[in-house]
Amino acid sequence: MTEDIVALIRKNVIQGRKTRDDEGVDESMVGMPGVLELTRQACEKNIPVGEIIDQGLTAGMQVVGEKFATKEYFIPDMLASAEAVGEAMEILKPYLEASDVAMKGKFVIATVKGDIHDIGKNIVSILLKGAGYEVNDLGIDVSTEKIVDVVRQDKPEFLGLSALLTTTMLVMGEIIEALRENGLRERVKVLIGGAAVSDEYAREIGADAYCRDGFQAIEVLDNFQEARV
Amino acid sequence: MPREGVLIHHPYERMTGEQITQIHQASMQILRDPGLISFNREAIEIFDGSGAEVSSVPSSGNPGWRVKIPEKLVLEAIDSAPKTVKLGARNRDNTLILNGEEPRVFFVSGSETNIWLDVDFQAYVKKSDPDIEVMVPEFHPRRGTVADLCQAAHLCEHLETLDAFIRPVNIQDKDITEDNKDVNKFFASLNNTTKHVMAGLTSLKQLDNVVNMARLIAGGEEELKENPIISFITCLVKSPLQFVDDTTQTLIEICRRGLPTVVSSAPQAGTTAPIKENGILAQINAEVLAGITLSQLVNKGTPVLYGTVPVRARMDNLNDSYGAPESTQYNVDCVQIARFYKLPCYSTAGVCDSKTPGMQTAIERLFSDILVTLSGPQYLHCAYGLLDGNSTFCLLQAVLDDAHFEMLKFFLRPPQINQEAIDETFKQIREVVATPQKLFIRYIRPLLRSGQLSMPYPFEGEGDTDNVLALAYERMQQLLSQPVEHIDPETTKRVFEEIPGILPRLNVYVERTA
Repeated sequence: MTEDIVALIRKNVIQGRKTRDDEGVDESMVGMPGVLELTRQACEKNIPVGEIIDQGLTAGMQVVGEKFATKEYFIPDMLASAEAVGEAMEILKPYLEASDVAMKGKFVIATVKGDIHDIGKNIVSILLKGAGYEVNDLGIDVSTEKIVDVVRQDKPEFLGLSALLTTTMLVMGEIIEALRENGLRERVKVLIGGAAVSDEYAREIGADAYCRDGFQAIEVLDNFQEARV
Repeated sequence: MPREGVLIHHPYERMTGEQITQIHQASMQILRDPGLISFNREAIEIFDGSGAEVSSVPSSGNPGWRVKIPEKLVLEAIDSAPKTVKLGARNRDNTLILNGEEPRVFFVSGSETNIWLDVDFQAYVKKSDPDIEVMVPEFHPRRGTVADLCQAAHLCEHLETLDAFIRPVNIQDKDITEDNKDVNKFFASLNNTTKHVMAGLTSLKQLDNVVNMARLIAGGEEELKENPIISFITCLVKSPLQFVDDTTQTLIEICRRGLPTVVSSAPQAGTTAPIKENGILAQINAEVLAGITLSQLVNKGTPVLYGTVPVRARMDNLNDSYGAPESTQYNVDCVQIARFYKLPCYSTAGVCDSKTPGMQTAIERLFSDILVTLSGPQYLHCAYGLLDGNSTFCLLQAVLDDAHFEMLKFFLRPPQINQEAIDETFKQIREVVATPQKLFIRYIRPLLRSGQLSMPYPFEGEGDTDNVLALAYERMQQLLSQPVEHIDPETTKRVFEEIPGILPRLNVYVERTA
């Protein structure tokens, strides 16, 4: 039964079915429990949270990633699965805190001051939650001071900065400088993204990485994780 | 179920009603004065017997006659010509119903090119950095063969958007003669596609062999009448205003047998027709109507298509310039004229001046394909694979054309705007704006696999490199590896026994020794 529920979680992650109302790729599943209902059931049955995550949620996302790479799945499919996993992780949060299972890390993300564009940032947030990161999305037009305060208080391992405009991307350099002035720069890996920026710009301002999209962000974060180990 | 084609709900039209009437009247005047010269005696006798004014013209060569056709005869012919023409097929699901009053477009290959363009890819190394190697397409022209025609039919069988097959290559094997070309042309086509097959006739002497072959394949004489799996193209007028002897006779004989035929004219603005739009339109309309009038006098009610292949001359060499915007103007206008008469229209688009697949080719053919399709012709020919005017046929180009017709057909779907859809939209908007992310992406999924969203361009490469031709080439190979439904063994045996001249190597059921 344990295996059944976890296997169903994995299956529904692959289908991108968050709740029983979702169609997924296989429309005949409408009405059957989705990832969130099954995650709650798994918790009620005291299935170890590590098992739910590893063999249910993460295993499902692995398959989704493979299907995306072979162009069987598209971004809406990826996002539906990631959204389901992200919200399942919220359900599991209290159980995680009581266990020895760690999230992959804390990721603070924001669109910088003067910029209100956030589609890319929002998609990255969903994907990172789906990948097992604890994401704190500060929103748009976020001041440098606010970002520095959150980094100081929450102690995230990663900071993501987004800007669409060539005018606002300049703020990214200011944020990195502010982190340095506050003795925080070495504590956090800074990733930048957005239409205006590039690999070259990341090097210029001293960021740790430029990410073309959410998928590359996950790849970069995985590399950082491996480097730590 | 017949093929659906694509319905054009609001056909694009360039001319006002008054302008069409002016063109019609101009054509009628041309048919009265100067009329046409006919080098075909029987046509003259038919016109003479029907009230047209006929006189002989002095000629140092073949005898010729002038015929002046009264408007009354033309209008009677337009009236009696069927407004709906059925083009049958070996697979009944590939039947086309061409209704002159309905702008439902079917996409068709064409014409009879002399050159077949092979493609392969060769590796090129960058001189300044030999570590960089690129694959570059190379094109190899050669004379077309019957094996090429088989392959063309095979590929076209698997092109989703292609509705009917007009033979696109002139078979020039050493053992193809005037006496056997037609039977081999039609058999090679019919044996490799289950779609409708249309072609011109090289020799009138072969007409009955071709028709008898079609009867065998269709299942009998009555079956062929009910399901005409073949039809013909007769370009009986040599512009300006001359009935050619042999093709006119071919039209007469085809009409006697009641098989569908295109009555076509192909004037070139600037050389064989006036350069100005009003001139080429008035002339081509006169020429086609003269041919249609003859067809109806031969056999009232015989099915015909109003066939137009107007083109402007290039100013640097007087070759056909299909890429010129004027050529598209003429074709769009001719569709409108055909609709005025309610006759199914055989129109032309997708031909280009460029000689190989590439940017100029894509631009020129998309330009005419989109605009002429929007005008709503029933039968849009030449649409696949032609290059360098209609001199060259390339399988790779046909695959590329299929992809852009997919896009065009998708674009032409009518909008799904109704109150139920709008109410659903209100629900989505209210739900999304209440979320922090404010994304509508989750609503895409129900549409993603239902065919309601267009797919990405199928030949988009990875990264920054343009890999269109290489990817299309892979697709071409894939399509050619899919089998086709050949004519069954028993019918094939009868065809080879009863129809003279078919090359033994076209019999797929006979094993060959190396």
